[in-house]
This record gives sequence, C-alpha cells and structure tokens, in this order.
Amino acid sequence: MNDFRLPLGTLVEGFIDYVTETFGFFFGFIKVVFDGAYEFVDLLLVSPPFWVIVLLAAGLALATRGWKFMAGSIVGLLVIVGVDQWENAMDTLALVLVASLLAIAFSVPLGILAAKSSVASGIIRPILDFMQTMPAFVYLIPALILFRVGVVPGIVATIIFAMAPGVRLTELGIRGVDHEVVEAGAAFGASPWRILRQIQLPLAMPTIMAGVNQVIMLSLSMVVIAGMVGAGGLGAQVVASLNRIDVSLGFEAGLAVVILAIFLDRLTAALGTGDTPVGRILTARKRRAQQALAA
Amino acid sequence: MTETIAVKADRLYKAFGRRPHEVVKKLKAGASRDAVSSLGTAAVIDASFEVRRGEIFVVMGLSGSGKSTLIRMLNGLLDATSGTVTVAGQSITGISAAALREVRRKNISMVFQHFALLPHRTVIDNVAYGLEVQGIGREERLARARTIIRLVGLDGWADSLPSELSGGMQQRVGLGRALAADTDVLLMDEAFSALDPLIRREMQEQLIELQAELGKTIIFITHDLNEAMFLGDRIAVMRDGRIVQIGTPEEILTDPANDYVAQFVQDVDRARVLTAASVMEPVRSVVTITGGPRAALRTMRDLQTSATFVLNRDRSFAGVVRDRDVLGQVKAGETDLRAIVRTDAISVSPDTPLVDLVEPSVGSDLAIAVVDEKNRLLGVIPRVTLLAALGNVSTNTGDLPVIEPPATISISVITETLRDTALEGADL
Repeated sequence: MNDFRLPLGTLVEGFIDYVTETFGFFFGFIKVVFDGAYEFVDLLLVSPPFWVIVLLAAGLALATRGWKFMAGSIVGLLVIVGVDQWENAMDTLALVLVASLLAIAFSVPLGILAAKSSVASGIIRPILDFMQTMPAFVYLIPALILFRVGVVPGIVATIIFAMAPGVRLTELGIRGVDHEVVEAGAAFGASPWRILRQIQLPLAMPTIMAGVNQVIMLSLSMVVIAGMVGAGGLGAQVVASLNRIDVSLGFEAGLAVVILAIFLDRLTAALGTGDTPVGRILTARKRRAQQALAA
Repeated sequence: MTETIAVKADRLYKAFGRRPHEVVKKLKAGASRDAVSSLGTAAVIDASFEVRRGEIFVVMGLSGSGKSTLIRMLNGLLDATSGTVTVAGQSITGISAAALREVRRKNISMVFQHFALLPHRTVIDNVAYGLEVQGIGREERLARARTIIRLVGLDGWADSLPSELSGGMQQRVGLGRALAADTDVLLMDEAFSALDPLIRREMQEQLIELQAELGKTIIFITHDLNEAMFLGDRIAVMRDGRIVQIGTPEEILTDPANDYVAQFVQDVDRARVLTAASVMEPVRSVVTITGGPRAALRTMRDLQTSATFVLNRDRSFAGVVRDRDVLGQVKAGETDLRAIVRTDAISVSPDTPLVDLVEPSVGSDLAIAVVDEKNRLLGVIPRVTLLAALGNVSTNTGDLPVIEPPATISISVITETLRDTALEGADL
C-alpha cells in the first residue's frame, strides 16, 4: 500500500510533453497572434500622452454613467499618474482587454451552445467547474512550457481562469428568456438563428453583460499572477515589491489595480443595464423620428 | 382556397416522458391514462376534430386537461407522438423544419396567454413582427401594421414599448401581431385569461366583431366555460387528455355527453348562452284573425286562459286578444277580432339570449312570443319556462307544465255568453 501511487501527475506531464512536441507549430502560431494583439493594444494605450487616455476614459465615463462617474474616473486615473504607475497600468489594461475580449469571444458562443443543447451543457459544466476551481497558478506551468516566459502564458492562463462566468451567465441568460416569447418567435415562423438574434440574445443581454463584467474582473485578478511569468505591467510591480518587501511600491501598484478594477467594473455594469445617458438620448431621438414619420 | 376545413386533427396523441411511443401504443390497445403513467404522461389522447373555415372553435378544459398541448400540436410547436394535423389541406406532421416555418408564416398564427411580446420592441414593431419574418420590406410592413393597430384600437400607441401598456392593451398588441401576419387561422391560447374580468368581456366582444369583419378561423383555448359559451360556434370539452364532447354551446348545455360535462356546465351563466329558441314552448292558445271572437273565446275557455295569440291569414303574428275584450265583442255581436287585437305583445327573435327576456317577461303577464324573420310565430315563452330554464330546474324544459295566464272570467260566464249569442246554437 505504501509504495502504491496514482501516477496522475506524471500522466499529465507526459501529455503536455506530447502536445508540446506534436503541436508545437500550433502553439507557436497562437503565441504570435496573442503577442501581436497585446503589442497592438499596448501601443495604442502607451504611445499617446497620458492625458489623451484620461480624456478618452472620462468621455466613456460620461457617456455610460454621467458626470459623477466621469469626475471619479479622472481623479482615479490622475492618482495612477501621480504614483508613477501610468505605463505599467496601461500595460496591464492592454493585457486585461486582450484577455477579456478573447475570453468573451470564446465564452459567449459556448454559453449559447450550452443553452441550446442539454448534452453540450452537461459536458461543458464540469469542465467549467474544473477550470474555475483549479488554482490559477497551475495553469501557468503548462502555459509556460507551451508559450515560454512573457505576456502570452499570462493571457492564456487568464482566459482559462476568466472564461467560466462568461459561459455560465450566457447560458443562464438565454435559458432564462421567457419561454412564451421564444415560442412566439417560432409560432410566427422565425428560424432558430433569427430567434437567437432577435429575441434570445437581446433579452438575455443584461445577464450576458453581467458575465462580461465578471470576466473582466477575474482577468484583472489574474494580472498579478501573470506578472510572475513575465507579463509585465502592474503585476510585475507587485511581484517585485513582494520580493523586496517594498511596502510603498506594493501599495501604489496595488492601488493602481484597484482603480482600474473599479473603473472597468462600473463601466461594464452600466453597459449591462443598457440604461446609459447616451442610450436614453438615442432612444428619445429614434422615437421622435418615428413619430414624425407616422404623422 | 376552397376547402371548407381549415384545420383537421386526426387521432392525435401526445405523450411526454421517457418512452412516449410505448405510452401511445398501450393507450391505443385500450390501457387507461393512469395505467401508463409509469412510462410517461399522456397529455393528449386520441383527439380528432375538424375546424371549419371562418368558425370559432373553442377547446375547453381545466388545467392539465391537455388543451395547451393540443393547440401547440396544431402549429407544430409540439410534435404529435401519433396522428396527423392538416392545416389548409397540407399535412404538417413529419414535414421539414423549413416547410413547417413556411406554414406558420402563411397559414397559422398565435396569440399567447401572457402576451409574449418582444419587450425591447415598440408596439408597431411587435405588430409587424410576423411580416418581418415573412420578409416583407420595412416601409410596407409598417404601413400594414399601422392599419392593424387602428383596427385593434391602439391608435396613438404605435411607438410605445409594451411595458408602458396595460394588460388589456398588451393583448391587443398580441392580437394585432397575429392579425397582421394575415393568416387564415388564429390560435389563441388562454388569450384573455390573464386579463381583468371587465377587460376580458370587452376583448371577447371585440374578438367577435373582428371575426365577423375578417372571417378568420379561430381556435380558442380556455378554462372559462362562460368564455367558451360566449365565443364558441362549437366547443370541444377536454378532460384528462381526451375530448369528451364536441358540440355547439347549446348542445353542450342542454345535452351534456356525460356527468363530467353536466357537472361542468352546471355553473354556466345560462342566461347568456341559452336562446329563446332553445327554451320556447309550442303555442297552444292561438286563433287566426279571421276565426272571429267566438272561436277565440272558446279556445280560451278550453285552455282556461285569459288571453290568446292571434295570427294573420298568412300565419304571421298579429298580437294578443284578452278574454274581457273578446267577451264584450261577442256580447255586442261584433265579428271582427281586428278591432281588439293588442299589438303591444312582446315578440322576440329566436336568437335572443335569455338574459334579454327577463325584463320584458317580468313586465308582462303574457307569455313572450318568439317569431322568425318573417314574423311567423314559432313558439312562446311563458314566465315559468324562463325561470325554469334560468334556474336549471330540468335540462328538458319541455316537460314542465305550462301555466297560461289564468282565466279572469269564470268558465260558466263564457259558456253562458257563447250559448246566449249562438246564432244557430250549433257550436255547443
């Protein structure tokens, strides 16, 4: 009994070795694509002077929630500038944006699939549970082997970790759409694709956006972990401060993460409800146009 | 299209559960619904009926009787486990999804219990939804939707969102959406059940008006017997998945197929369903106007009543004569009944619901005359018959003793008068 041991870890290691050797070119390709996407977004955020980005963020804040949120965003972002973490923060933002966009691009279709087919749901659900509960550090190991040190293993680990709520909430949202309304679509002869596009997705949108919000939040929480594999940005600062027991750097970098998190959270939450100042103006204008047409 | 049958259901079965086909096989072999419950739930069992074009066909039953399942098989939202559904001459059982969508676009639309409007679209876009699915251009479909919005009485609400409307108005949108799709057949699934009673009555009346105007075939599901009786040209009563009776409202009311239906119709508002024709009695005290006062008096004496109905020579209804007036005429030796015929007797058409007879009946001690469109006397409704019918004393009102207005002059007086005035003494 003493010398018996399940060789699970060894098996997985063998599998990863096999994958690395056989599909090396595939992972090389992914590395190039992810790297390129990150570099591009990072370039957009870092190259203009900081006030351009601050103004842009302020504009977004005004459009989605109003002037209070705008004021808060400006103050918060200026604090980041003030503690000299702007460039790191933009690196981190680029990483979060790329990882979240990819996670959403994978999770929403998977969520739709899970909502449409109970079989798919039955397969996807346990995989999500696994992905979500496995300690995030563990993903870093194969990601490091497959993609080497840098941004890409961080992005991949982040995507895997952050996908789950996107899938779950998309499935929940679509399954939660009033059954009778979906039936109504079918009763008038709409195709499944049209029902998805015109009824299920719009009605599930608040829930799906709650999922998107969660994906972004989880991505941010992975930033520090990604910093350990050389993803740079605020995560690298936190890791460095940990190594040097540097309280002041740790606090400043950590605060920058918090500010980014609050900004992104409030922004996507407002998009989720659909009740934004700009949205209200657009609806009112559309209505006036229709009334004019009717008259 | 020239077929007179809009929708036909032929031996439809629907079972849910793990082994639906097994369930149906056992049911067909004669097993009861409870006996197969371990294999699955039989929602609809052996349902066959034909709905004629332009008819309002009501399927009535309590919740769990299978009526919602049945209506969903008619447009293929649910597949029949066994049996066939034919819409506009085309079988929709086992056809491809694309062909089924085509049938739904062209032939059959639906109104839902909880309205099922698209909450993110305006009223006009909701009404135009069916047309949009049919691939009709935006300008045209909005124009057509605008006409329908006016038809269902939602003028001025076209650009509102459904959430800004009351329940009744939302269901008008639901109805408008189905009408705009311009299909021959409308399925209405408990369409008015979620509305307040007053609004419900208003919608029922509007539906009947619209149906008369547009001539749609309507299949209406309800658990409300009064609604079924009010709307239905014919009613199918369902119980535990089976159709237990199909008939006109009056047939169901006066001739229930079994105890279940009889018990069900016990509480119905009979006054609105039963018509004059269904309760009227044969006319017994009647004379022709040329018969003269002596014949009239003799009739009244024989039947011991104080009044008799008078017909013209062409058998049309002339009015009523009273025993006192006739007696006076006889004594005076006059021979023309025309002089004393009272034309204020109440006459109604055979289609008049009983509810409209109560007031006139109370206001007069004479029976109400039922006349057809040519003013021919078909029958009479004495007050006691009316009360018996309303009170559901007996389903066969013909057995009731008819009490004519009691004689106000004693028989001996009449007989004496007749004898005294007899010309030849031949009559008696």
